[in-house]
Order: sequence, then C-alpha cells, then structure tokens
Amino acid sequence: MAHFMPLSDAVAQNLKSGDTAAFEGFTHLIPHAAAHEALRQGVKDLTLVRMTPDLVYDQMIGMGAVRKLIFSYAGNPGVGLLRRLRDSVENGWPHRIEIEEHSHAAMANAYEAGAAGLPFAVLRGYKGADLARVNPNIKHITCPFTGEELAAVPAIRPDVSFIHAQKADRKGNVLIEGIVGVQKEAVLAAKRAVVTVEEVVDELHAHPNACVLPGWTVSAISVVPGGAHPSYAHGYYPRDNASYIAWDRIASDRDSFLAWMKANVLEAAPQDFAGRVSHLRSAA
Amino acid sequence: MSETDFTPTEMMTIAAARALRNTDVCFVGIGAPSAACNIARLTHAPDITLIYESGTIGTAPTVLPLSIGDGELCDTAVTTVSVPEMFRYWLQGGRVTVGFLGAAQIDRFGNINTTVIGDYDQPKTRLPGGGGAPEIASSCGEIFITLKQSKRAMVDKIDFFTSFGHGEGGDHRARLGITTKGPTLMVTDLAVWRSDPVTREFTVVSLHPGVTREMVQAECGWTVRFADALDETPRPTEVELKTLRDLNARTKAAHSGGKTGEAA
Repeated sequence: MAHFMPLSDAVAQNLKSGDTAAFEGFTHLIPHAAAHEALRQGVKDLTLVRMTPDLVYDQMIGMGAVRKLIFSYAGNPGVGLLRRLRDSVENGWPHRIEIEEHSHAAMANAYEAGAAGLPFAVLRGYKGADLARVNPNIKHITCPFTGEELAAVPAIRPDVSFIHAQKADRKGNVLIEGIVGVQKEAVLAAKRAVVTVEEVVDELHAHPNACVLPGWTVSAISVVPGGAHPSYAHGYYPRDNASYIAWDRIASDRDSFLAWMKANVLEAAPQDFAGRVSHLRSAA
Repeated sequence: MSETDFTPTEMMTIAAARALRNTDVCFVGIGAPSAACNIARLTHAPDITLIYESGTIGTAPTVLPLSIGDGELCDTAVTTVSVPEMFRYWLQGGRVTVGFLGAAQIDRFGNINTTVIGDYDQPKTRLPGGGGAPEIASSCGEIFITLKQSKRAMVDKIDFFTSFGHGEGGDHRARLGITTKGPTLMVTDLAVWRSDPVTREFTVVSLHPGVTREMVQAECGWTVRFADALDETPRPTEVELKTLRDLNARTKAAHSGGKTGEAA
C-alpha cells in the first residue's frame, strides 16, 4: 500500500547498502531526485539495474556507490560516452565495477518476466552477437514445439525499483503518461517500489487504457516537483538537453565531477529540483 | 555555402534518405540515421513509418531529437507503446522492414561494434554498448548503415561483434538461422555501397560528386571493392538541400547549447 512520505524517508525505508536497485526511466521520467537522495544517504555496494544508464548512474558510479551494473546501453544519448563509467571500467576509479551487459530486447523481456513472476525470459535474440560469449547469463533453449533455438536470460527481480511519474491521486494510484518505457514492469518486478511524482491530485482523469499503477503495487510515494530533471516529465517540462550536453564536460575530470556532486547533490535537497525546471516549464 | 554547393555530410544524409521507400517501416538509430530518415519523410516518403526504440511508432518530429526519447517523438507519434512491447511485438514480431544503424566500428561485411575498443574485460575505450542494435540487426527485414568514413571506423577486423551483419560473408547469416537479409546498403560521406549478392562484402556502387576511388580507399581500413559499372551519386536537389538545412537549423535552435550529436 502506498504511503506518502518525504523522499528522505522513502529512500531510508526502502533502500539499503548491498541492494539490487533499479532507477528506471527510458530517457523520460528518470528518477534523478531519488538517486541523489540515495547518494546523500551514503548507500554503498549497490547492484544497479537499468536499460539505459545515463547521467544519474554515471554520478552513482563516480561516487563509488555501485558494485555491479546490469544494463544494455550506457551512454549520454546524442552527446557521447559516460565518462565516470569509463573511468571505473578502464582505470578502476574510484573502483572497478562489475558489468553484466545485455541488449535492450533482453532487458525489456527480463523485466517483463520479473513482473510476470517467471524465472527467465525467452527471446529471438543475440544471434551472432558477442555478448552471448562474454555474459554467462545469456543462455539458449530449444523451443519444445518447433525446435527453434532461442535466447534465455534470467528475470530481473530488483529489491527495490524507483520511478518518477506525473501524478498520483490521494489513494496513491500513479499515472504515467508519454514514453512509458519499462517502468510498469520495473515496479511490478520489484519487491518494493518508490515513486516520486510531480503532484498529487484529487482525480487522475486517466483514459481507461492509461498506464496506471494501483496504489497497492507501490510502497512509498514522495512529491518532488522537477524530480526527473534534467530528464523530463511529459506535460510538465521538457528534457533539458543543454544539461545533458554540459554533463560531458563536468564528468570529464574527477575534480570537476566531485565539485559538481558536492554542490548539486550532497549539499542539495529534493526541493531544489523545482527550481531547476522553472525555466523550462513554459516550453513543456 | 551557395545553393548548389553541398558538404559531404549533406550528400551522405540525402543519399541515405533516398534509399528509404514511402511504404517502409523503419527502426531509426540515433544520430546520422535519424537525420536521413526524417529527410526521407519530409521529401519523397511522406507516409514512411518511423519507429524509435523508446516506443514511438509513426513519429514525425519537426526537429531531430537529441535522444531516442525526446518528448516530441511521443507528441507526434501515431501511438507510443512500452519498451517491452516495442521489442517483442513490433521488432521481434517482424513488422519492421528497415533498420537504420550508425556504427562506431564496422567491417566489410557490415558487422558492427559499438561495445568496446580493445579487450572486453580490459577495454581501451568503453563504448555505450548495443542497446537495441543486436536484435535490430537480426529482426528487421534489411539493414541500412550510414557513417562518415575513417580508417578508425572502417576496419579490417572489429574488436567486438555488437550486432551481426554477414559475419564472415557468404551464407553465414543463414548458417546461424537468421532469416532476414541483414546489411544491404551503406551510405558514407564519400560513396554508396551495396552488399555483394554472393560474397556479401560491401561494394562501392556509386561515388558522390567529386569523389575518386583513391579518396574512398584512403578513408577505409580494408581493400575496397568497386563495382564494374561505377555510377556517380546524383547531386542533392534544391528541395533536398533546403529541407535538410531547414531541419538542421530548427534542430540547432531547439537544442540550445550547440552540439546536437552526429545529426548536425
């Protein structure tokens, strides 16, 4: 059952060091505020899951909070590579993280299998691809009906998933609109789920087929306006592409990275996100 | 730059756009493919269905997205589906006729590496990884590739098979049980290449205006094969050039901050 609470409480009650955690969002609705709160609370040794780790996982890796990364595309889309991830994988700074790498199709299927309570996902994938050679969690099975050889990957079952959404009603039912990504699956696959929302409303006014997570599928809800920034919340504020571009320079150097993290994460608070999107709102 | 002059990148984008048909359902990679696909839609292929892996089907953005999930892709799409549905029903389901990919590293058989430079466990450069590409490469009806030529990108042997093209050539796809055509076309800033029907090696079939065989070879890490009947790529038309430049100008203005990935 969804309980409304401040983000600091939601993170403290649902995330602990050593957890497998997914902060999901496919370009849209990336839960930056929740991840920053996790860094402020100093959780360590995380196994992070996400199809498209971008800035916020770069930050968590650079701050040394991550033991292992399970992913399918790690980049700053349209800008370049993730420099903190590279520094970890190539140079071991601040330490070398473990990598479990998949394709998007496999990750999406693995989340769906997790949501469906299945032990693994099956797909027609990885044909001729070297990932199947370097990742022991990519296996093959034979279809019992046709004899076709198919790829199999284990279901994703995070201890906790964090997502950001547009709104919740007062009962804690959550509405996600626009590019919905894999967030519904990430929530249903996880043991616990924390949702940050732009606002709480009396009525969701959702279309009958809209992507709604009933309140009883969610552990905690925190109201954090702007909580996806520099990602976006469709209908509220657009993607802050200039910030994605700027990140490339900030993350290029260990000292400038640490200084930025101190000023913008460690010494900041969830309510600071509202100010970060105020100049964007008219463009939404 | 006058209306009749054009840059190699503009020629590349326009030549790549021309390859798409009005009836195609195209899975769009970000960067150079995104520009080409939208130029096709804005010129000769207004009914083309463009799909981005974020779940947007039949999208018609007025500016090129920086990411594959910018909000405008959703606003202008016929429908937006979840990512699992995108990869299961639409891609794996065999509904996409063309996958349009870029490449960090490519070989003569259209095998692509976007994962690592160097050894996988001790990489010299850790690249973003495959994303949707491994299954785009095997599930789409055929694959078009576009990239700027350089010896660094076009290599004799790629470091990692992120997505499988024609492997070692010939019937290698069929031997792996892959039933789709794989890479059939590559458009660079210097030439148009087609996959040889038997060996599957990319062969230059047309040189862009002003480009020589020597120029193509100078920017390619393998010994280039040229078709017996080598054409010249038709110059960009005024309409094509204007459409591309207008799109780039709109895109630049929209992504304040200047750099707009490879699309500009």
